[in-house]
Amino acid sequence: MKKFIEGKAYVLGNDIDTDQIIPAEHLVYSLSDPEEKKNYGKFALSGVPKNAAGLPDGSKSFIAEGKFESEYTIIVGGKNFGCGSSREHAPACLKIAGIQAIVASSYARIFYRNSVDGGFFIPFEIQDQLVNDTRTGDNLIIDVEKESLTNKTTGKSYKLNSLGEVIEIIRAGNIFEYARQSGLI
Amino acid sequence: MGMTITEKILAAHAGKDKISPGETIWVDVDVLMTHDVCGPGTISIFKEQFGKNAKVFDREKVVIIPDHYIFTADKHANRNIDILREFVSEQDLPYYYDVGTENYKGVCHIALAQEGHNRPGEVLFGTDSHTCTSGAFGMFSTGIGNTDAAFILGTGKLWVKVPESMQFEFTGKFPDYIMAKDVILQVIGDIGVDGATYRTMEWTGEAIMNLPMEERMTLCNMAIEGGGKNAVIAADEVTFEYVKKRTNKPYNTYQSDQDAKYYFKKTYDASTMEPVVAKPHSPDNKALVKECSDIKIDRSYIGSCTGGKYTDFLAAAKLLNGKKVAVSTFIVPATTEVYNDLKNKTMDGKTLLNIFKDAGCEIGDASCAACLGGPKDTFGRTHGTEVVVSTTNRNFPGRMGSKQSEVYLASPYTAAASALTGRITDPREMLS
Repeated sequence: MKKFIEGKAYVLGNDIDTDQIIPAEHLVYSLSDPEEKKNYGKFALSGVPKNAAGLPDGSKSFIAEGKFESEYTIIVGGKNFGCGSSREHAPACLKIAGIQAIVASSYARIFYRNSVDGGFFIPFEIQDQLVNDTRTGDNLIIDVEKESLTNKTTGKSYKLNSLGEVIEIIRAGNIFEYARQSGLI
Repeated sequence: MGMTITEKILAAHAGKDKISPGETIWVDVDVLMTHDVCGPGTISIFKEQFGKNAKVFDREKVVIIPDHYIFTADKHANRNIDILREFVSEQDLPYYYDVGTENYKGVCHIALAQEGHNRPGEVLFGTDSHTCTSGAFGMFSTGIGNTDAAFILGTGKLWVKVPESMQFEFTGKFPDYIMAKDVILQVIGDIGVDGATYRTMEWTGEAIMNLPMEERMTLCNMAIEGGGKNAVIAADEVTFEYVKKRTNKPYNTYQSDQDAKYYFKKTYDASTMEPVVAKPHSPDNKALVKECSDIKIDRSYIGSCTGGKYTDFLAAAKLLNGKKVAVSTFIVPATTEVYNDLKNKTMDGKTLLNIFKDAGCEIGDASCAACLGGPKDTFGRTHGTEVVVSTTNRNFPGRMGSKQSEVYLASPYTAAASALTGRITDPREMLS
């Protein structure tokens, strides 16, 4: 587990559902083939309506034309992030695009669980209205152990919610490593 | 302090007498279901973690139901079916409902019920968020991702955080024009799309217990649209009767204790319910159907795990019988069993299928079809700015294909009434 996660923020609103994260027509590619799975990065967040893509201004592409990796490292979201389907392609596509953490007001349960058990990235929760304070492109740094976030562009710092019990799985890497380390498998 | 049905089922599967909400437990899994979209990913993680020659934890407990991208020329989608076939053959799995064979069923949540895989008191996980549908059988069921499914394939276990329960009671009787779809859209409108996040939605009351299984399944199906972890309805004679025809495997039944603790309880008077829709682009964007009568539609879509069961088509046929639709109307039976019912069951001496054909509807093959958009050549998929009234479960931007299209979620009655007029229409205008 990294001690610090640093990079540019991509800001989204409330109720970002899995069809916006990865539209269903793209769920046909292999998630294990290293070349083919790049398609998931290419189409990550391609279902987000233009006016909501990269707030507050909107119309900011998450993935540049012809690329599969994003210039953004941290997604800042509102409430109920990742609602909708159970498709693990959703957290997977964000990881393939280079996302290392999401900081949202709240998550839909299956997306949260998939993010943790699959070891894709850390889904942090935050009480403060970070989503209203942050502009797409701001430089953020997360201190994972201290569970805090600083917006280097604005100089403001925020406390993140404690990860609670799931920190054990995040530290281990994924549910399999956790189960091995605890002697469950 | 007593326990809810959900707590009792989970406790029994964790080998504990007593559990409380918030507690993390490991449960033994009775059924793992996967399909063509998430099966291949699950299989590849299973092999990576447990080895190339690993065997599934119990071949009797794995059910594979291809249903999402079936009737498409998309080569990647078709390859996913090949991966399922290869795995089924290698593991010698008895419950695989293969495409292009007589054994093909269609939409997994309905096929699970029809093929006897839903049994009261059991724990069922599926790689699809609408797995909560099975809760209609008084069991614990919820959706998971590929990683968790692969973990179950290898171990037969999964960790679960015990959910708090929310109780929705409906007293009295639903009016004839009200369907379960109206009820769930009303409740999601009341609690919001994250109103039940991490929690159980438990349905109870005289009006609920008077519903047939298929309507109960509709109620539980959309718990996920309220963020719910699972939904549950206590098993009763209606359940036993349905299950008896489908399986002879033994099962246990559970009731919530009188003194069980709930996060929230709400009682509705069933007789006051009105037909509702969820307006674009969120399942909680509730409006009364009669308030939307000026909205013109381009399409009506009747199908999916939510609104493509026999009961749903029976309702639609009541309104479409002997009439002509004013807009493109798509009929997509959830499963081949539903399709056969349309072909064989009659109303006024005509088969339901002929009623729909004579009304000018287009009939699709059993599958998820355009409920979730899918490959470009999917039956009923939107490609432009279509305004659709649909019996499906989600109306997020782009859900049925095009980001520019607008989807109104509604009951089969409302979808059929609207098909006849070309505008969103309260079925009471037509049901006499």
